[in-house]
Amino acid sequence: MTLKIHQDHSRFKQIVRGKIKANLRKYVQKGEMIGKKGKDAISIPIPFIDIPRFKYGHKEQGGVGQGEGEVGQQLGPGAVEPGEGHQAGQGEGDHALEVDVTLEELAQILGEELQLPNIERRQNERLVTQKIRYTGINTTGPESLRHFKRTFKQALRRQIAAGTYDAARPVIIPTREDRRYRSYKLQNLPETNAVIIYMMDVSGSMGDEQKEIVRIESFWLDTWLRHQYKGLEARYIIHDAVAREVDRDTFFHTRESGGTMISSAYKLCRDIILADYPKSAWNIYPFHFSDGDNWSADDTRQCIEMLRNDVLPNVNQFAYGQVESPYGSGQFIKDLREAVGDTPNVALSEIADKDAIYASIKDFLGKGR
Amino acid sequence: MPKSLTPRLAALRDEIHGYAKEFGLDFFDTVFEMVSYDEMNMVAAYGGFPTRYPHWRWGMEYEQLAKGYEYGLSKIYELVINNDPCYAYLMESNPEVDQKLVMAHVYGHCDFFKNNFSFRHTNRRMIDEMANHATRVRRWVDKIGVEKVEDFIDRTLSLENLIDQHSPHIRRNPDPKRVADELKANEGVEGFKVGREYMRGYINPSEFLDSQRKKVEDEKQRAKKFPERPQRDVLLFLLEEAPLEPWESDILAILREEAHYFAPQGQTKIMNEGWASYWHSTIMTRRALRDDEIIDYADHHSGTMGTRPGAINPYKLGIELWRDIEERWNKGRFGKEWDECDDLRARRSWDKKSGAGREKIFEVRKHYNDITFIDTFLTPEFAMEQKLFVYGFNDKRNSWEILDREFRKVKSKLLQGLTNFGQPIIEVVDANHENRGELLLAHKHDGQDLKGDYARETLKNLQSLWRRPVNIITRYDNKGVMLRFDGTTQTEKKVEL
Repeated sequence: MTLKIHQDHSRFKQIVRGKIKANLRKYVQKGEMIGKKGKDAISIPIPFIDIPRFKYGHKEQGGVGQGEGEVGQQLGPGAVEPGEGHQAGQGEGDHALEVDVTLEELAQILGEELQLPNIERRQNERLVTQKIRYTGINTTGPESLRHFKRTFKQALRRQIAAGTYDAARPVIIPTREDRRYRSYKLQNLPETNAVIIYMMDVSGSMGDEQKEIVRIESFWLDTWLRHQYKGLEARYIIHDAVAREVDRDTFFHTRESGGTMISSAYKLCRDIILADYPKSAWNIYPFHFSDGDNWSADDTRQCIEMLRNDVLPNVNQFAYGQVESPYGSGQFIKDLREAVGDTPNVALSEIADKDAIYASIKDFLGKGR
Repeated sequence: MPKSLTPRLAALRDEIHGYAKEFGLDFFDTVFEMVSYDEMNMVAAYGGFPTRYPHWRWGMEYEQLAKGYEYGLSKIYELVINNDPCYAYLMESNPEVDQKLVMAHVYGHCDFFKNNFSFRHTNRRMIDEMANHATRVRRWVDKIGVEKVEDFIDRTLSLENLIDQHSPHIRRNPDPKRVADELKANEGVEGFKVGREYMRGYINPSEFLDSQRKKVEDEKQRAKKFPERPQRDVLLFLLEEAPLEPWESDILAILREEAHYFAPQGQTKIMNEGWASYWHSTIMTRRALRDDEIIDYADHHSGTMGTRPGAINPYKLGIELWRDIEERWNKGRFGKEWDECDDLRARRSWDKKSGAGREKIFEVRKHYNDITFIDTFLTPEFAMEQKLFVYGFNDKRNSWEILDREFRKVKSKLLQGLTNFGQPIIEVVDANHENRGELLLAHKHDGQDLKGDYARETLKNLQSLWRRPVNIITRYDNKGVMLRFDGTTQTEKKVEL
């Protein structure tokens, strides 16, 4: 049954969506939002959704309270709720309203606002997963899965057939044989699989600010690709002079010192792809972030070779994001542009600061590959 | 869809109804309906009504209530509408003892709605009226478009608190006929005094007299302010004077009517909730409770009565004050003799066995509102016993703290919070400000500054209704300030008060 309120509710959600869309650029730059991420929704603070009135500032107002305490004693945090007092729980106050938005919805908003094309799937939907669905009925099963309605019907049917049903005194007593239980059936679902391979330079020249940019950017890339593919995997590689695979947490929080050999990362990336992600079954997205400072021209040459021969033919798109840092020379992107810039499945982007994240997301995802 | 009561609950209702009558409560017929938690949240989001005009605000409210319920943070127990018959909702999933408590509580509210003077002018067919409003607004939405209508509602809601809550009870403007008579008496223009009658034509030639008359007329016109006296009901003023489209007028009238309907509930929150709590407690503990329900009842009752340091719980303050009044009138603790007695021991054991408590509280529930209730019956002893204090914000420590426990300050702060529902008092002073058709409002400053960003936003909304520039005079940091919005820019200037 639908309630009348659902109209107003969806209108409210529409307005929230509009607000997010209007402020998307701001949200994209802000890292703090990612901290509030739940399993499949994040909460976003929306400014000014309440209706302005002539009213007192609450701090001006103060009020009367009740309870123990000496004069001068502080009231605990949260003891005073901003608001109009007599309308408790209206949530009108100084703080912005926090709204839960599913990642799915957020991805849609991102897509609409940045006008991102849907990704053309390279692989046919070949991979099949099996999913359990409780659609069947069985005569045995655990009591917690008992299907009350079916059991009742069965008992009624039996009683009518046996002539023991009395319409004047309609008491239905199910016996053991009447009981019906929900049971599962296996369903085959086609699924496309995708993997993101994040690579990041963690050498001394990549500071906290640079890493923050990578973290924010990867959140949005993740959100979009997850929206495009169910079952998205992510692998993380960090490198300075050597590369190693790490978990997500380490990826964003490691800081090493020393030189940079990008080829080490590409080599590891290639190995991962060859070992775990056959081209026929996977959509593959390597993303590499660095400040563009490589050890030597020789190493850069190696990188390009590896890209050309082993990486690019296997992946949907290879993306390189160069984060500006005060120490980096920024040479690497120039070399890449020269060597593979024309290749259709390469996306290159320079990210000067947090403001540039917005545009860079479009650089990466705008090709629809 | 709401359902009627099960036979079992209907029997309980009849039982509670009997007790309520026995105690002398006097209420409209009361219809209880069963709703699911979802419907309960919906009705609560609609301010207690089954239908309202379409607006996103209800959706926002609903989202918050639904979340609060799903996370197990809050739960709405009772909802009752001031209507004849009264409608009240019971939640399906509540245990029996809660249903009994809610029913007893509801009869308390219904008695209050019917008898308290503040509600005398409310529309007792408001359920129908709200449904009509919904239909009217929907019709405008179909004609004008949802965005335009919604936007207009948003802007009007921003002014919703600018009503005159006392207007149903008094006449603000003097009788127009008397005013006209007075004006007439001052009309004549005599010219200069003439000593010799034959000189009249020379001293006061007719051109001169005409020009004098014109001057007087002009003067009068200029002196005649509009509105003649400051008007508190800003919504009414806009409704009558602003250049609104017919659909805008209609919606403004709807919103104003609804604001006036809800106003008495804001004016009697402490009394009303206290009264209902007093009666659920009395009915449950004296009559309706079964032995095995006592623990659950006590748990839920104390949950409702819980206090937090930074807020007044109207249920708690109300019920305690009603009980205090009852006890004082039972023991004869009032009148000259009591007031003049300063022997603490005598006061403490004072009991004249007057037994007039019940009678007194029934009388009080008829003739008081929160302000007069607190003003008359809050005693120093009561404030001390209830551990009331004034709190304020300490900028240096960036936290809220207890400022004072002195009775006078507590009482005046409490009353200040209740005056005009704790909302600033704002009046239309001049609708032809600077002789340019601008609107001038004045904020009656009582020591608290307006929230600046909100005030500026509200001013914008006001301008969009008035069409011409709007101004408001208020005070910040004790200096007169006039905020102005002319349709494109916000300005601010100092003014002498």
